[in-house]
Amino acid sequence: MTGRLLSGPEPDPAGDAGHLDAPPRVGFFTDTTVCIGCKACEVACKEWNAIPEDGLSLTGMSYDNTEGLGASTWRHVAFIEQPSTAPSAPPAPSAPSGSPGPGPGSVPVPDGRTELPLTDQRAATAPAAGGEGGDLRWLMSSDVCKHCTHAACLDVCPTGSLFRTEFGTVVVQEDICNGCGYCVPACPYGVIEQRSSDGRAFKCTLCYDRLGAGQEPACAKACPTESIQFGPLDELRERAALRVDQLHAAGVEDARLYGDDPADGVGGDGAFFLLLDEPEVYGLPPDPQVTTRDLPAMWRHAGAAALSLAGAFAASYALPALTRRGRGRR
Amino acid sequence: MTRTGGKGGKGRGKGEELMVPRAEFRSYYGRPVIKAPAWAARDIAGYFFLGGLAGAGSVLAAGAHLTGRTTTARAMKVSSLAAISLSTAALINDLGRPGRFPYMLRVLKPTSPMSVGSWLLSAYGPAAGAAALCAVTGRVPRAGAAATAAAALLGPAVATYTAVLAADTAVPAWHGAHRELPYLFAASATAAAAGMALVVAPARESGPARCAAALATLADLGATKATERRLGMVAETYREGKAGRLLRCARGLIGAGAATAALAGGKSRPAAVAGGLALLAGSACTRLGVFAAGIASAEDPVYTVVPQREAKARREAAEAGEAKGAAGA
Ligand code: SF4
Ligand code: SF4
Repeated sequence: MTGRLLSGPEPDPAGDAGHLDAPPRVGFFTDTTVCIGCKACEVACKEWNAIPEDGLSLTGMSYDNTEGLGASTWRHVAFIEQPSTAPSAPPAPSAPSGSPGPGPGSVPVPDGRTELPLTDQRAATAPAAGGEGGDLRWLMSSDVCKHCTHAACLDVCPTGSLFRTEFGTVVVQEDICNGCGYCVPACPYGVIEQRSSDGRAFKCTLCYDRLGAGQEPACAKACPTESIQFGPLDELRERAALRVDQLHAAGVEDARLYGDDPADGVGGDGAFFLLLDEPEVYGLPPDPQVTTRDLPAMWRHAGAAALSLAGAFAASYALPALTRRGRGRR
Repeated sequence: MTRTGGKGGKGRGKGEELMVPRAEFRSYYGRPVIKAPAWAARDIAGYFFLGGLAGAGSVLAAGAHLTGRTTTARAMKVSSLAAISLSTAALINDLGRPGRFPYMLRVLKPTSPMSVGSWLLSAYGPAAGAAALCAVTGRVPRAGAAATAAAALLGPAVATYTAVLAADTAVPAWHGAHRELPYLFAASATAAAAGMALVVAPARESGPARCAAALATLADLGATKATERRLGMVAETYREGKAGRLLRCARGLIGAGAATAALAGGKSRPAAVAGGLALLAGSACTRLGVFAAGIASAEDPVYTVVPQREAKARREAAEAGEAKGAAGA
C-alpha cells in the first residue's frame, strides 16, 4: 500500500484516494440547537434522490416515525423528550450583542437570522421548553451519513463500489455493488443498509449529482432554520467552534461538537453535529472507531493462527509416528 | 425517551447463571446504534464452516499424501473440493445480486478482507480441484502432488481469513475479539477436518486425525476462554441466548467427539465415525454460535455504548495522566 493511512488525522482524503487537484472537501455541519423538527430535510432528500417509500408506521417514539437511517432513509430527524435538568437548560440567556434577542427555548439564535416579531411574542408568553416553566425539553437532530475521513464501509467494500469522490465524500456506485452486505456491519454509525427489494446497498451521496452542478445538497437547501449547513469542511469547523463558544458564553453548557475532531476514531466526520446531550441519546456511538485501524493486527493474528493450524497437523503426523517407533511396532 | 439499563425485552436462556447488574447506559429508544449484517446465518456461518473444513482438510490431505495414507489423502482432497464449492455457493447465494459475483474480482483491495478472501479462494479453489481430480483419476500424479502442496499452503489461510472478515466490522462481539477469533476459527477448522478424516478414513490411517482432534479440542477451549476474557461485558453475547446454547453444544460435541475418537477410534470404525460426526457438528455449532453472538451484540445498543464509553474514559484518563506527568516534570 502506498503509505495510505488506515486511521488518524488525514488532511486530504480526496487526494489520498488519488484525485489530483481536488476541490476543497465539503460536508455538513448540523446545528441541532436550531432544529425545529419539521423534517423538510427528510422530504427534500426523498424527493431529490427518488428514494422509494419505506413503510408508514407509528412508532410511539415522539414525533419520530422514520426510526433511523437506512437504505431508503438518508436523512433522519430524531426527537428526544427529556425532563429538563436545571444546569443544562438555564433560563433564556441574554443573547450576545449584535444578534437578535433570545429565540425559542434557551438557545441563542445564530448570527444572521431574521427574527420575526411573532416568535419573540411566543417566546415571551409561552414557557420556553426547558425554561423556568417547562419541565420537559425537546431535542431534535437531523442525522445523516457522516462521510467519514476513514470510512469503514469504503475500506471493506470488496467490489470497489463504494468510493471517495473528489469532494472527499463517500458514495456507492449502484452499477457495481453486488450486494455482499459487508459495508452494513462495517459502518460504526449504522448508516448504510441493503434494500431488501433490491439487494444492493444504499446511503446518502451528499447529493453528488448536485455538487457536480455547483448546487448545495437538497436537505441543506430545504432546511428552513439553517440547522443543516453545507460548505467547505474547514469553514464549517470554524463556524461550529464559534457557535459552541457562543452557546457556552450564553450558559448552555451542554453544547458540544460531535465528529468535528480530525484526531477521533474515524479521522473526523465530513458531516458533524452540535449536540445538547451525550451522542448515544441521539442514537450515535460515543466513541466510533474505523475497524480497519486494527486490520494489520488482525492479519498478523490470522497468520499466526494459520501457522498454528499447519503446526498442529504436522505434530499430529509426527506424534503417532514417534510413539509407534517408541513402541517398536508397525 | 432515552432508556437506562435493561435489555429491551429480549429473553434470556432459561436457567442461566446469575447476571451482574447491567451497566447504566442511555440510548435512543433502545434502538441499536450499528446495523447487524443482513447475512443469513445458514449461508455465512456455513461459508465460515465449509471454508474451514476445506482449508484444514487440504493440510490433512497433504500430510496423508506424504505419509502414504492414500485412502485418507484421496477422501480429504475430495472433501475439500466439495466443501470449498459449497462454501462459495453459500457466499454467492447470500449476495443481494448473485449475478454480480464476478465483481468480487473487479479489484484487489488489501483493506477489504472479503476482497483478499475472494482472491485467495480463486487461487485455492482450482488447486483443491486439481488435487482432488488427480487423486480420483490417478492421472498426472506429479501435477496432483503440486496441486496438493499448493492447496495445503493456501488452506490454513482459507481457514482463518474468515475470522478477519468477521472481526473487521463494528460488530462488538466480533471486533472486540479480533485478536482471538482467528485462533478460534483455526481450532474449529482443525476439528472439522479431523472429524471428516475420522468419518472417511480407515481406522488404521486415523492416528493423525485423532491427534489433531485432541489438539483442536484444547485449542478451541483455550481460544473460547481468551475470547470471553477479552470481551468483558460483551462476552455475555457468547454465553446467553441462542449463541450460548450453540457454543455450549459445540464444546460438548467437540469434546465428546475427540474423546470418542481418542479412546475407541483406533479400533472401532463405528466409534471413529461417531466421533468424527460429533467433531463436524461441533465445528458447525461454533461458527453458528459466533455468528449468533455477533448478531446479538449488534442488536442491543448496550454492547456498543458501554464498551465505547469505557474505552473513551480509559483514553481520557491516560491523557490526563500524561498531562499531569508532563506538568510535574
Ligand atoms: S457513516 Fe458509515 S456509511 Fe457513512 S461514510 Fe462513515 S462508515 Fe460509511
Ligand atoms: S454491499 Fe455493495 S457497497 Fe456494500 S460492501 Fe458489498 S459491494 Fe460494496
